[in-house]
Amino acid sequence: MNLHYSLEHEAFRREVRAFLASHAGQFPKPFGVNRPTAEARAWQARLIEHGYAARTIPSEYGGFGAEPDILKSHVIAEEFSRARAPSGLVNQGISMLVPTLLEHGTEAQKRQWIAPTLRGEIVWCQGYSEPGAGSDLASLKTSAVEDGDDFVINGQKIWTTTAHGADMMFALVRTEPHAPNRYLGISYLIFSMRSPGIEIRPLKTMTGAAEFNEVFLTDLRVPRHQIVGGRGQGWAISNSTLKHERGMLADPHFSAARMNAILELMKTETVDGVRAIDSPVLRQRAMQLQGRVLAMQYHGMRLLSASAKGDEPGLPRLLVKLQTCEINFQLSALAVDVMGEMGLLTADSEEARSHGVWPRRNMFDIGMIIGGGTAQIQKNIIAERGLGMPREPKLANVARAP
Amino acid sequence: MDFSLSGEQRQLQDSLDRALASFSPLARIRCHAETPDAFAGDLWQGLVEFGASGVLVGQSHGGLGLGVLDAALVAEMLGRYVVPAPYLASAVLAPLAISSAGSDAQKDQYLPRIAAGELRIGVGVSERTAGARAGAGVSYRDGGLHGCARFVVDAAGAQRFLVADQDDGLHLVDRGAPGLGIVPLDTLDRTRSTAKLVFDSVAAERLGAPAAGAMRTLADAARVVLAADMLGAAWKMLDQAVEYAKVREQFGRPIGSFQAVKHLCAEMAAELEPGRALLWYAGYALDQQLADASLCCAHAKAYIAEAARFVSRAATEVHGGIGITDELGLHFWFKRIAWAYQAMGSPERLREEAAQLQQLG
Repeated sequence: MNLHYSLEHEAFRREVRAFLASHAGQFPKPFGVNRPTAEARAWQARLIEHGYAARTIPSEYGGFGAEPDILKSHVIAEEFSRARAPSGLVNQGISMLVPTLLEHGTEAQKRQWIAPTLRGEIVWCQGYSEPGAGSDLASLKTSAVEDGDDFVINGQKIWTTTAHGADMMFALVRTEPHAPNRYLGISYLIFSMRSPGIEIRPLKTMTGAAEFNEVFLTDLRVPRHQIVGGRGQGWAISNSTLKHERGMLADPHFSAARMNAILELMKTETVDGVRAIDSPVLRQRAMQLQGRVLAMQYHGMRLLSASAKGDEPGLPRLLVKLQTCEINFQLSALAVDVMGEMGLLTADSEEARSHGVWPRRNMFDIGMIIGGGTAQIQKNIIAERGLGMPREPKLANVARAP
Repeated sequence: MDFSLSGEQRQLQDSLDRALASFSPLARIRCHAETPDAFAGDLWQGLVEFGASGVLVGQSHGGLGLGVLDAALVAEMLGRYVVPAPYLASAVLAPLAISSAGSDAQKDQYLPRIAAGELRIGVGVSERTAGARAGAGVSYRDGGLHGCARFVVDAAGAQRFLVADQDDGLHLVDRGAPGLGIVPLDTLDRTRSTAKLVFDSVAAERLGAPAAGAMRTLADAARVVLAADMLGAAWKMLDQAVEYAKVREQFGRPIGSFQAVKHLCAEMAAELEPGRALLWYAGYALDQQLADASLCCAHAKAYIAEAARFVSRAATEVHGGIGITDELGLHFWFKRIAWAYQAMGSPERLREEAAQLQQLG
């Protein structure tokens, strides 16, 4: 245990701070899950130029081209968070498609897609889940049949974030219906969302917003060269990038910031003239959650150090998504409880505290527990891969029997 | 920046793991548990030879000169093997108190004998850490101790006692001092020796000047070490549950293949394991005297206590009926965790302290 940074990393930290200080007041406004604004794209370009975004992506593909140094990446994240500066773009294209292309794409694919994706000019959406294929993703039915130089795609995708604003989709489709097993029948295709045969319907959730979409694919023609990896390799390829998504969904700094916001809320919110922080019951709940947030923060540092050394701690990494999403839900629930009836008020009410963010977040957090692999699937993974427990016997053959 | 154990620390744990597997098997624990208020001299001697009694004593006084984090790593293994040894009091709290509040003469007099394992000191700080129950509390006046210290740790085999008074003054008392009554307390955990001390104007040796920070350090260290003990005990219970679920068959398949059982095991691991990083940080912060050390020591014990309690009941449940039998012996771990859960501050009390340390409420 040594939590001091090396001289090299301290020098790097000063460099990042100097950059942020010289750009104070020039940070772009948040744009949520929509397309990056021109201002956000300009910021992204400046970050790539200095190596604070797309840091380890080779420069021939539009990245900064630095050697991987996980501690430097951590320093960047810490300093941006401290300065409340928006980090580089985080979206499914950058977090999932780019690593996939780097690992499995052809040279032509890398040159065509990576740089404009990093610059925020091309926005991607993910086409994995289907109405009948959620946790059992490998049962997906959307078919892609070869016809001349194209694949012809028919089927339906669901839970597609930003589909309406996306230029491109990376999708899992079934190209080999007669493969020896269902995993080997899946391929990974990329295609334009402006192609004929695509219909997008917004999917409104319990928060009242349409954070997701349904995407209907009817006789959609995709050139054959837009397959990533070989035919039937899509399952293996997507598995290698799903772990990037789970990492993206579980940032311990996010929970810590929430915790602090709730403690501030508890100092101001009163009932019968007593501050929430002076209620022993609410204070206990807050302190219990603070302990859990701290544990996940230091757990994250433990994983970071392991990664920096090239160690792969199995179980400790597998539990992160399950625990973090649960803690975030408990945090927003506490915030609502601190406000009591006032915690029911939505953003539409002028009486609402903090613009009604907490009840909305609390509902959104349920989606986070489900999305990116449900809590139940996470528990299977922890038990089977982390603890070496036996798998559930396969019932597929039984189900298929007449 | 390196948030991990050093090679030496991993080696310390590995070699202690192997040593305890051979000299502290369950049969030895069971035999000890049948003898009330016994001191397991053979087990203590094994730990002394390992250097455990001197882990926190400086090298100039014949110890290993290591930190609280290292002491916690030792405790994790003692919890894993539910070792009935006076480690918490004699090897952690007493030397820490003497090092931080004792005079040079007291350090020279006591620390080498503590490191050698010859001098064992029971510690009564319950009233200042877990809180004073009705009828308990020690005062110091006219050069003598008065009152009652209720939950004195590692009393069996101790030649002396270290006792905190109500003003956080620390005192050493001879076991045979006139006016001192020693009443063994039978707790459910037979791997821990606990006693009540009654003082009727008992002559005591005060540790140096009353150092304001000494009691704080003792409380912090006690919490880290007890958290580590629970972490070790709980992981052992979880390991046993997982192994059992792999081989025990019902309905024609291993019970571990049922999600009802497997998810319970996953929940145990997912709750417990992040406590390890919090524990490492708390020990490190205490050794480095960082500003948030006390806060993290309190949180580490509160977090691990609750996770370990969950594991101790769920791991027992995974075993089904055999889990609650005396023969299987899983109950020794259950009871070890139950004891440490309350000792030196329950989760609720620790969280109140955590709030106070942050000026909340």
